[in-house]
Amino acid sequence: MAINTEKNSYTVVFAVLMVVVVGSLLAFVASGLKPMITENQRFEKQQNILYAMGVNDNEGDSDVSFVPTTEVEEAFSKYITQQLVVNGTEASEKDNAYLIEVQKELVKVKNGEEGELPLLVGEKDGEKYYIIPMYGKGLWDAIWGYISVDNNMVVKGVFFDHAGETPGLGANINQRFFMDDFKGESIMDGNTYEGIAVAKGNNDPLNNDKDDNQVDALAGATITGNGVTAMIKESLKLYKPYLQTLRTN
Amino acid sequence: MALLSKKDANLIKDPLADNNPITIQVLGICSALAITAELKASVVMAISVLFVLGVGNVVISLLRNIIPAKIRIIVQLVVVAALVIIVDQVLKAFAYDLSKTLSVFIGLIITNCIIMGRFEAFALGNGPWKSFLDGIGNALGYGVILVIVGFFRELLGSGTLFGMKVLGDPIAKTGLYSIGYENNGFMIIPPAALIVVGIIIWVQRSRNRALIEEA
Repeated sequence: MAINTEKNSYTVVFAVLMVVVVGSLLAFVASGLKPMITENQRFEKQQNILYAMGVNDNEGDSDVSFVPTTEVEEAFSKYITQQLVVNGTEASEKDNAYLIEVQKELVKVKNGEEGELPLLVGEKDGEKYYIIPMYGKGLWDAIWGYISVDNNMVVKGVFFDHAGETPGLGANINQRFFMDDFKGESIMDGNTYEGIAVAKGNNDPLNNDKDDNQVDALAGATITGNGVTAMIKESLKLYKPYLQTLRTN
Repeated sequence: MALLSKKDANLIKDPLADNNPITIQVLGICSALAITAELKASVVMAISVLFVLGVGNVVISLLRNIIPAKIRIIVQLVVVAALVIIVDQVLKAFAYDLSKTLSVFIGLIITNCIIMGRFEAFALGNGPWKSFLDGIGNALGYGVILVIVGFFRELLGSGTLFGMKVLGDPIAKTGLYSIGYENNGFMIIPPAALIVVGIIIWVQRSRNRALIEEA
């Protein structure tokens, strides 16, 4: 071929063409697939919320399985009875509150601005679950999750996930042996709000002590664990005034 | 192999042993340390790199006569990045669960020096078919080491393989644990990977002394 690839003008033309071609290709792919991706993400949120209230397809003691995508919409409307937005001690109903982007709202409320804090009320076997979304940061990237509590602030279930924690270490926050430890822990210490800490060396690896506001940490994932502690504490703090009104003892 | 000429077959065989990207060229070490605490992650990463390196090498090879030499590295980066993003988007739309498992690897693939290394050293100077074989060969050579390291780290560090408890239950003290065996927590942290890779390099070089560099 008789093109002189050394010329500056050729280099510039090539670069421009490459950017245009690759750019439009990516834009085309992204916008074409967007509706499907958004739908998938919506289903995932529903699955995660249901998981936190113990509605899942888990088999055995190490398996994390959600309600299948095809049934999740139905299950979600069956189990989630109320979708609320919390403001101080008040709560008002809002359709599709679960789709609110918690990350942005938490920041707003922390800065003293108006924000919408979603809280979902679920009902299973006659018991009430108050499900609160959480958002924080781990070692490399964002971590998030849902925690469900009963009227007395005892944890009934949690779900954690992460964007990019280290596989085998921090990434294990979405595994059963970590998440199941939270069940039965209280986010209160007597009458004070305490949260739940992911603690190293609490001498309770089987987590038999449910009154210590602590669960056993993951080896090799100190920063991720601290991130989980902070996430629970910071996210729930904003709900504290409302949660207080729910307590029956 | 009747399918491939001897020369072509060597393109696949060499990187598996005597010219392995990790143990001989010492490329791609970063991801080999980061993600090999579990066997599953190692396998997934190996497959991802296999795909990106195979396709990427072909694309670069097809473009090799029209890429301006001055900006060839940038062109290579754009090709890898575009490829990886497209794969990511397609997975998110059609195989959402799989894309969740892969999420952390996508970024790591782009920065994997083996990929840029093969584009630069091979695809820019050879035809598409040879480049494809070279890509597959190197990705396999990379994958083999990843899987070996992942196997030992997960087995010795957590007592599991693919998440299954193969040595018994460490908490209920069954299987090996009943006679006092303990998991080695050191194996699941990244420095352990360096040691395992080091041992592989040692074994390989003592079996084939021609690989030892002159001091």
